[in-house]
Amino acid sequence: MRKTSCIALAVLLVLALPLAAGGSKESAAGEVYFLNFKPEIAEVYTSEVEPAFEEATGIPLKVVTAASNQYEPTLRSEITKSEPPVIFQVNGPVGLANWKSYAAPLEDSAIYSMLSDPSMALSEDGHVYAIPYTVEGYGIIYNDAIMRAYFALPGKAVDISSAEEIRDFATLKAVVEDMTAHKDELGIKGVFASTSMAPGSDWRWQTHLFNMPLWAEFRDKSGDSSTALAAAFAATEFDFAYSDDFRNLWDLYLDNSVSQKGLLGGKNDADSMAEFALGQCAMVQNGNWGASQILGVPGNTVADSDIRFLPLYMGMEGESAQGICVGTENYLCINRNASAEAQANALQFLEWLFSSPEGKDLVTNRLGFITPFNTFSEDEQPTDPLARQVTEWMADASVKSVPWTFAGIPSEQWKADFGSALLQYINSSITWEDAVKAAQDSWAREAELAGR
Amino acid sequence: MEKSIRKWFALFALPGLICFLIAFLVPFVWGLVLSFCSFTTITDAHFIGLGNYVRAFTVDGYFTQSFLFTLLFTVISVVTINLAAFTFALLLTRNVPGTNAFRTIIFMPNLIGGIVLGWIWNVIINGVLAAFGMNIMSDPKFGFWGLVVLMNWQNAGYMMVIYIAAIQNIPQDELEAAAIDGADGWTTLTRITIPSVMPSITICLFLTLTNGFKLYDQNLALTAGQPNHGTEMLAMNIFNTFYSRQGFEGVGQAKAVIFTIAVALIALLQLRFTRDREETA
Repeated sequence: MRKTSCIALAVLLVLALPLAAGGSKESAAGEVYFLNFKPEIAEVYTSEVEPAFEEATGIPLKVVTAASNQYEPTLRSEITKSEPPVIFQVNGPVGLANWKSYAAPLEDSAIYSMLSDPSMALSEDGHVYAIPYTVEGYGIIYNDAIMRAYFALPGKAVDISSAEEIRDFATLKAVVEDMTAHKDELGIKGVFASTSMAPGSDWRWQTHLFNMPLWAEFRDKSGDSSTALAAAFAATEFDFAYSDDFRNLWDLYLDNSVSQKGLLGGKNDADSMAEFALGQCAMVQNGNWGASQILGVPGNTVADSDIRFLPLYMGMEGESAQGICVGTENYLCINRNASAEAQANALQFLEWLFSSPEGKDLVTNRLGFITPFNTFSEDEQPTDPLARQVTEWMADASVKSVPWTFAGIPSEQWKADFGSALLQYINSSITWEDAVKAAQDSWAREAELAGR
Repeated sequence: MEKSIRKWFALFALPGLICFLIAFLVPFVWGLVLSFCSFTTITDAHFIGLGNYVRAFTVDGYFTQSFLFTLLFTVISVVTINLAAFTFALLLTRNVPGTNAFRTIIFMPNLIGGIVLGWIWNVIINGVLAAFGMNIMSDPKFGFWGLVVLMNWQNAGYMMVIYIAAIQNIPQDELEAAAIDGADGWTTLTRITIPSVMPSITICLFLTLTNGFKLYDQNLALTAGQPNHGTEMLAMNIFNTFYSRQGFEGVGQAKAVIFTIAVALIALLQLRFTRDREETA
């Protein structure tokens, strides 16, 4: 008798184990699960957006943030679970191609109708699958206080007297090189912050800086700036026709840097931003998302009003009429495999976030998005200095923003290959011609693999 | 007794078997299946045959390159780690003062995780190279030797403990007899010490060999495979293939299968080789 009850107990114990493990985490029906891409605002989502939305609508919201650089692996494992993310993000047409079978059509949604320019959404086969939610801009960020100090120098070698008069590469080069000659008087270690090439930190060059020659080449090939992305996205070959222009600015960064060339492989982008915040350099190439890396650094010496943008001048024809690079790689998709109730709730969440007064307040003041939606008025834009600069440059009628064309790069592997080539060029282990060839060869291979 | 063990065996083995099934056997078999499939998420795969295995070698040369890099690294680190560990073990079994303190100090790096060790050595090596205006990303050979030094630092202490235990188990009378017969230090070492610790040499070679092949976190923290895949080891190449290349999940899986088979083969060969030595000793 005792033996039988012992066996029964043991068997029960073994059987109950998985039950106990699974039973503790029961989530509510219709819950909106949003897998967030931006770690710098994860805290705002969990501590402010979640409670505000639940209070307004009674729908439970769960925001999970993937670690930096880990969005794709995280999404890949989360989406196979029984409670998958309802809202997830893709980085552009290349990302959508990978996740298309999971994305629900959105052409009848309220969020799509709110877009100021509906063509910004990503469509395929006549359906809209992904909606952009934030517009970002990047260029060369400069510290105007240091620039004013330079232009006040009696021995300066240029005729212009303010940074705003820099309208082409020749002027930029003259100013930068003269500043390097006077760097001790200006109290800086170099004009440009370190060109960060540590693993995972080379995206500012192989993606962002590279956007310029990429855009220019496909603008020429397709005949217009607005069709450059589509042309790049379909291209099986890339000539790197503007490689000399890219090299102009690239060499300028390297030769007038805070750090010696040999040390760049160990620098990450946070190092560069800290150098700028601490006043060790006058310029750094980055975008408005970097505001918190300047303003939030202890010992920050840069005043809000001195933070300005300069376009990426590299010697292209007509570049005086060119603005900073403006675009997005943040698109939202709705998971078509989630329950119908969850999908409806997710759309309601997005509508609430981007059109209700309390949602818009969170977006403008806490999340800091410059949104592409017509529900936001002129004065409902973020107030950090870089975001303000982006809106000013976009509004300036005398220049034309350069669209983000890098979404047409065939694969992440291409970026890694080109980044490696740039690092090898810095280390003098390959020539510039080899680096250009690496970019061309890798493009041909990756485009073929991507099925173009 | 025998009878009741047989009777209860199934019940007591059950939890272990279930764990083994869930954590090893099912993922292993599923992984094998996936290596013949094209997929984005692992629950949604379709069969494509041997294509992944072909693409593992044909798309780029990095897999073969990292295989050779890993092989070279493993050979060198197995030799250096075991030489260092055995030398320490010999020195620290001679009743010199402070023996325990030295053993503890030499063992200590093994208690630190691989990522942390990688960062520590990254800082040290960069600090030295900075004097020459270079850093660890400047040339793959810095990363290679950095890894060798790092693995020696981490593993020599652990292997030393195994060797110490073995050396202490050598019967004193054998050593005394050798001394009376007039054997010098070298003869004692090659004729008595080494043959007696052969079983430990087998296990230490096995551990260092497989550690060398499986190395990932130290590699990631020290160089992350840079520059230009020059220091990318097998495990990292597989991870990068699986996660950083869209549409390459199956290729990563195929590489992982090749990797498993290769490591198992090499480890089995090594075991057989050193076991033979044990028997003749």
